[in-house]
Amino acid sequence: MADKIVKLMQGNEACVEGAIAAGMKFYAGYPITPSTEIAEISAEKLPKIGGTFIQMEDEIASISTIIGAAISGTKAMTATSGPGFSLKQEGIGYAVITETPCVIVNVQRGGPSTGLPTAPAQGDILQARWGTHGDHSIIALYPWSVKEIYETTIRAFNLSEKYRTPVILLMDEVIGHMREKIEISDEIVEIYNRKKPTCGPEEYKPFKVNEGDIVPEMAGFGEGYRFHVTGLVHGETGFPSNNNKVAEDLINRLINKIEENKDDIVKVDEYLIEDADVAIVAFGATGRSAKSAVDALRAEGMKAGLFRPITIWPLADNQLIELSKKVKRIVVVEMNMGQYFLEVDRVAGKHTKVEKYGRLNGELITPEEIVSFIKED
Amino acid sequence: MPSQLVNEYFRTENLPHIWCPGCGNGIVTRSIIKAIDNLGLNKNEVCIVSGIGCSSRAPGYLDFNTLHTTHGRALAFATGVKLVKPNLHVIVITGDGDSSAIGGNHLIHAARRNIDITTIVFNNNTYGMTGGQYSPTTPTGDKGTTAPYGNIDANFDLCELAKAAGATYVSRGTIFTANMLIKQVEEGIKNKGFSFIEALTTCPTYYGRKNRKGEAVDMITYLKENAINIAAYDKLTEEQRKGKFIIGELHKSARPEYTEEYQKIIDSFAKER
Repeated sequence: MADKIVKLMQGNEACVEGAIAAGMKFYAGYPITPSTEIAEISAEKLPKIGGTFIQMEDEIASISTIIGAAISGTKAMTATSGPGFSLKQEGIGYAVITETPCVIVNVQRGGPSTGLPTAPAQGDILQARWGTHGDHSIIALYPWSVKEIYETTIRAFNLSEKYRTPVILLMDEVIGHMREKIEISDEIVEIYNRKKPTCGPEEYKPFKVNEGDIVPEMAGFGEGYRFHVTGLVHGETGFPSNNNKVAEDLINRLINKIEENKDDIVKVDEYLIEDADVAIVAFGATGRSAKSAVDALRAEGMKAGLFRPITIWPLADNQLIELSKKVKRIVVVEMNMGQYFLEVDRVAGKHTKVEKYGRLNGELITPEEIVSFIKED
Repeated sequence: MPSQLVNEYFRTENLPHIWCPGCGNGIVTRSIIKAIDNLGLNKNEVCIVSGIGCSSRAPGYLDFNTLHTTHGRALAFATGVKLVKPNLHVIVITGDGDSSAIGGNHLIHAARRNIDITTIVFNNNTYGMTGGQYSPTTPTGDKGTTAPYGNIDANFDLCELAKAAGATYVSRGTIFTANMLIKQVEEGIKNKGFSFIEALTTCPTYYGRKNRKGEAVDMITYLKENAINIAAYDKLTEEQRKGKFIIGELHKSARPEYTEEYQKIIDSFAKER
């Protein structure tokens, strides 16, 4: 039996531990509340395992540096919050089009602008989806506990390597800074590493997908393959092209590699959904309040359940449609004025009533207010 | 027939290049290739990183590990490459706007860290790719499409900026003094630290036309007649210096290199293990 280490750990610390377990060897960041501990702990731990930490001059430099590091053959991460996430959008788009695996953590805080730096908010839900310009698809994950931060960070790296895409890990300030019991087992966790070229340098086409593969094989700089990477639209060779067909093929492929693999990427957690009349859709810290609300409503005889997307992008549309056919009512609870609601209503609204409950003042949404919202109607 | 240099170092299938007739970027690019050839570097161990702009399209034509990044960020991407693969010779190709306007912050911090990257700025005094807007190196009084009444900004001395920020090798060359430029790139690559080479080049299509600088040859003649080597410049009177600019090796110093310093931290833990 594997040994278990039981620790009291902060969410931001669990993120670094998960990243290291996943194989992170490179971190570049810029200090910003409430994500700074992720940089501090990475700075302490990475050189001890032969990895590299660098504090860059700004947020854009940080994401640019991790992309350079990832293309050079390593697993890399950056973390940020609020305004920093806005600044990262340029780099996220570059990682999307160049199919560079990397993980971007956003420990959310109140906005817009400098907003409420030390208070929780879930205001970046749609920014995570559409923050960078141009049409694209994205993977964004959202853990709700310290333990789940650890597991989800590993999963973020695995998905980024498997689908050659930036993965956004959204966290809540209150989970990032919360300390919780966590058991880390020394059992070998499942780690996915990007597929290296199986052909020689002469035949290598850096953006060609081989038969049966989801994404192109990825060489690293300095490994003898001498390939080209550009943020311009490019064909299989990696060189820029203005050809409409090349552009269409590339954009479709970038979107489809994620949208057509939802079965693998999308992960949801359901609690007492089986016989529920009313389902609460909530994620992160709000999911915890919603779970308590479900228990309270059940104690009063109301058949409530929780539908908690851990993968928030791509949308769990099939699961939501199924849910909408089962329940009489869906209430989307989030610490914003109704961002995820828009998507849930779009797919579930045809079959059932979808309502939103949101608040954005720097305070958590409590179980009591969820209960009273559901009981009022 | 392409020269031996072109056959050896260019991705000839990607030619012809996008640059206009009379553009000086080809001469700067050749100088870089010639320097690499003179030093006998292995192509697999060279990584060329660029930002956005006319000059930044060069890496696409060159047969190395090449990375064409976002506007201004080449040095940040290059920092990631160098830290992960310190054995690579990392060269950044950038323009005046790319390196000193949108990428100005990355330039001063790469210089401050003295990370072993050789940066070559193709300075043509304008934003050529977008059609001739004024840049941080457009001389005061000159015109651009966004300075129709003359540029009132003071223009940057990029070499002074790089030196003040901590670069350990700084030089300026021109496309007329191409042989000197080759040597400067060689010295920059050989320097274990942040090297900065400003290559003065020409944009007859936009900057030249807008400012009535004549044909490409006239613009190169201007570089020839007004560039004064640093040794000669020192002997000139204030009056004689008017309208002239210094070329040559402007600064050289020794300072710990960033990736080596970080490796020391890693090694200190390796010993513990």
